Parts: sequence; C-alpha cells; structure tokens
Amino acid sequence: MLDDFFVRAMIAGIGIACFAGPVGCFIVWRRLAYFGETIAHSSLLGVAMAIMLEFNIVIGIFASASVVVTILFFLDRRGGLPTDTILGLLAHGGLAIGLVVLALIPGMRLNLQTILFGDILAVTKFDLLQVGIGGVLALAVLLWLWRPLLVATVSEDLATVESLRPNRAKFLFGILVAAIIAVAIKIVGVLLIVALLVIPAATARRFATTPEIMAVGATVVGVASVIAGLYSSLIYDTPSGPSIVVAALILFVLTRLVAMIFLRNKKFQ
Amino acid sequence: MVENFPLNTKISRFLLSADNIGVRLSERWIFRYVNVSVASGQLVCIIGGNGAGKSTCVKTLLGLIPLTEGKIEKQKSLTIGYVPQKLAITPILPMTVYRLLTLGNRRCTQPEIERVLFVVGLEKLGNPLVTTLSGGEFQRLMLARAILRKPQLLVLDEPLQGVDVANTDILNDLILKIRDELQCGVLVVSHDIERVFQDADDVLVLVPHEHDEVKTDNPIWKRRY
Repeated sequence: MLDDFFVRAMIAGIGIACFAGPVGCFIVWRRLAYFGETIAHSSLLGVAMAIMLEFNIVIGIFASASVVVTILFFLDRRGGLPTDTILGLLAHGGLAIGLVVLALIPGMRLNLQTILFGDILAVTKFDLLQVGIGGVLALAVLLWLWRPLLVATVSEDLATVESLRPNRAKFLFGILVAAIIAVAIKIVGVLLIVALLVIPAATARRFATTPEIMAVGATVVGVASVIAGLYSSLIYDTPSGPSIVVAALILFVLTRLVAMIFLRNKKFQ
Repeated sequence: MVENFPLNTKISRFLLSADNIGVRLSERWIFRYVNVSVASGQLVCIIGGNGAGKSTCVKTLLGLIPLTEGKIEKQKSLTIGYVPQKLAITPILPMTVYRLLTLGNRRCTQPEIERVLFVVGLEKLGNPLVTTLSGGEFQRLMLARAILRKPQLLVLDEPLQGVDVANTDILNDLILKIRDELQCGVLVVSHDIERVFQDADDVLVLVPHEHDEVKTDNPIWKRRY
C-alpha cells in the first residue's frame, strides 16, 4: 500500500494536519503568524547548511529554526527593538543567507521550487517515518504545555503567579513550531506552511466554544483540506501544496457563509 | 515617602512580607522604602493616587517585576489567587465561563464551581462565552476563578474598577466574606478610602516618590530661591 506515491502523500498530509491543527490554534490565539512565517523563511538557511554539510535536511531545518527561535526569544526579552522588526530581520536575513549559501555550493542541483512550495508527491517511506515520530513527539509536548500556554494566553501575569512558568512554555512552544515546520516543509513548502497552521484554526474558531473544541475542529478541517486538496491535485494536475491551501481557503469561506446564514442570531464573536 | 498605619497587630506568621523594597525603571523610582506584610486572615489595602506605583507595587510583591532594592519573603509553596487589573481575553480564544473556571483548576468538582459562582453572584449566568460578559461580570468571574484555587493569599488589583456605586458595597462585603470563609490573607489595591479605613487590618499609602537629589537640580527650584 505504501508503495503507491498517492497513498504516501495522503498519509503524510493527514499526519501533518493532525498536529498542525492544535499548534495552529496557539499560533492564532497568541498572534504568532508572523513568528511562524519567520521560522519558515529562515529555514532555507537550514536547508543550505544541511546540503553543504551533507546531512538530513529535516534535522538541518530543525537546528537552524531552533537557533532562530532562541535568538528571537532573547532579543524579544531585551526589548530593544519592536518584535515585528526583529522578526523581519531574522526571516529575510535567514532566507537571504540561505540563498547565498546555496548559490556558493559547487555543483548544486536543488530544485528551489520544491523547497518553496513542497513536493508532497515525492514523499518517501523515510519521510513518513519522520512525520510519524515528529508528530507524536509534537503532540506529547503540546499536551504537556497546554495548560501553561492557555493560562498565559489569558494573561501572562496570571500564569506567572500560578507558577506555570509561561516563559519556559513560550520558548518550548517556539521549538515545537520549529520541529513542525521542519517536518512539514517537504510536504507544503516554505511559503505555504503557515497557511496550513493558520487557516484551519481560523475556520474552526467560528464553531468553537472552548479552546479544546477549536483544536479538534482545526484538526478536522486540516485533514479535510489535505484530502480535498490532494484529490483535486490528482484530478486537475495542479501542484499539491497550493491545492491543499486552496482547499483550506475554500472551506474557510464556505463555513463563513454558512455561519452568516444560519448563526446570525447567535452571540458568536 | 511611605507611611504605614498598623490598625491591627495580630501576631501570626506572615504569608508575604516586604522589607524596604523599591523599584526603579530606567532612572525613575516608581516606589521606594515600602514595608508591607500580609498574614492569614488579614485584609491589607494599598491606596494611593495615580502614578503612585500601586500596580507596580502589587506586581513586585507577586514577583512579576524584579526588585531594585530591599527583599521580599514569601511563605514556601504559597498558593496565590490573583485577579489582574483590567484583564481582557483576546476574542479569538473561544472560552466559556466553566472552561475559564476549570482552566488551571483541574481538580475542582461541579459543586465547587457552582458554589464559587454563587459566592460571586453569577449563579444565574449559565455557561456563555466570556466575551459576552460585561466588565463587572468578568471581574467577578476572575474572582471566582481565584477563590476556586483555595488560595492562601488573594491579591486583587483594583477590583472596584468598572463596578458601579450600587455594587461597590456588595463587592467590598464579598471580599470580607471570602477572607473570613477561606481564612486567607487578602491584598487589595483600592480607591475607596473610606471603606478601606473601616475594614482593613493594615493600609499601605503610596505617594509618588520624590527624589531629594533631583529637587536641588531642578531649574524651577533654583529660580525660586
């Protein structure tokens, strides 16, 4: 079964959607979309490093993204520059250095398009293993961080007073996002990974009454987007990563329309 | 300049005790020479005008802002119930009344939740999204969440803010009731000076800190004399 490229693509996509849902909710709640974008952009540096030093690309991305998260964390705490300026610095700095380093590698034959938009149809069995292990680890860490992160989303002071150590939770969440982006980049690409985190969460918000319902809803929407996107990619011969994002976007618009028509009288935000 | 008015000298172990603390942000002293302590069953109020550093003082006592000088002693493994000032939950986070109460209070039971909602007068509220609550209701809900933790020390930063005159007395009585029932220490930042002197065991009056050294360099000062 795993010998069929489409089955592999489907399993990888669904696996990523499963952990992108809950993590994406926190990205939305804590307004970290640009933070995710920064990690994704600067991961090109990790790709370049991995190719230059000849080791696993996923580990290369994870290492470089973790460094970016750490730098970000300390620069942000020192409070010299506004956060979005620091993010812009790191996002495009990392991207530019990555591109320069790639150009300097002699005899480099990397298809940049694969990195930017992903290549879900070239998923290997080893990639599946990475998605599986990465996903289970990510969900376990998120479950452990759930309460501190949620209280810190309500109020960071409250989380500190209740000894939930919000700064530690925030840092570890950053590393978690780095790990997820590292695993998912091959599938959806640098440019579209944040869409897979943010759009399902935004769709699920409309129907959720508690954070947990929203997390599960985001997962369901993400999985549906992957299935719809991959099938349409197969039928219409469109690139798979963008197809998934378009499917997610259509779901978002559809649910908004449905909500506008049927839930008009309810007190939703 | 800070003055303490010890109205009640109960002898008991302090939950929290600050000795000559001060906080300086860049070159300005927000407050300085503050001594305050809270024991179990005590109601301690912090009052002072705008810019006297009330909120900063409370946050410092809670360990949210680092001290510049002095020291704070806290009882080991002190459970604190904290109601921050002017808290607003981001609307993108879906949150119902019950979920907010159980958040961080994992072991609480349904009767306990109903009880605290009754104590703060929200028993008829049901379970709506918290974004639909009024400012006063939300304040009381956060108070309910704080007492659900069965705190040894309850810290309320301006609990009367956004509460109308008719409800001020109710909330004041509520705070006293909670103190007597839980036998916890209560630290309140307040504006209501009359009530404070009537009910509090101790009152800390914060006044904007004057810098002696700045005064002599002040050009206006020089011009006058």
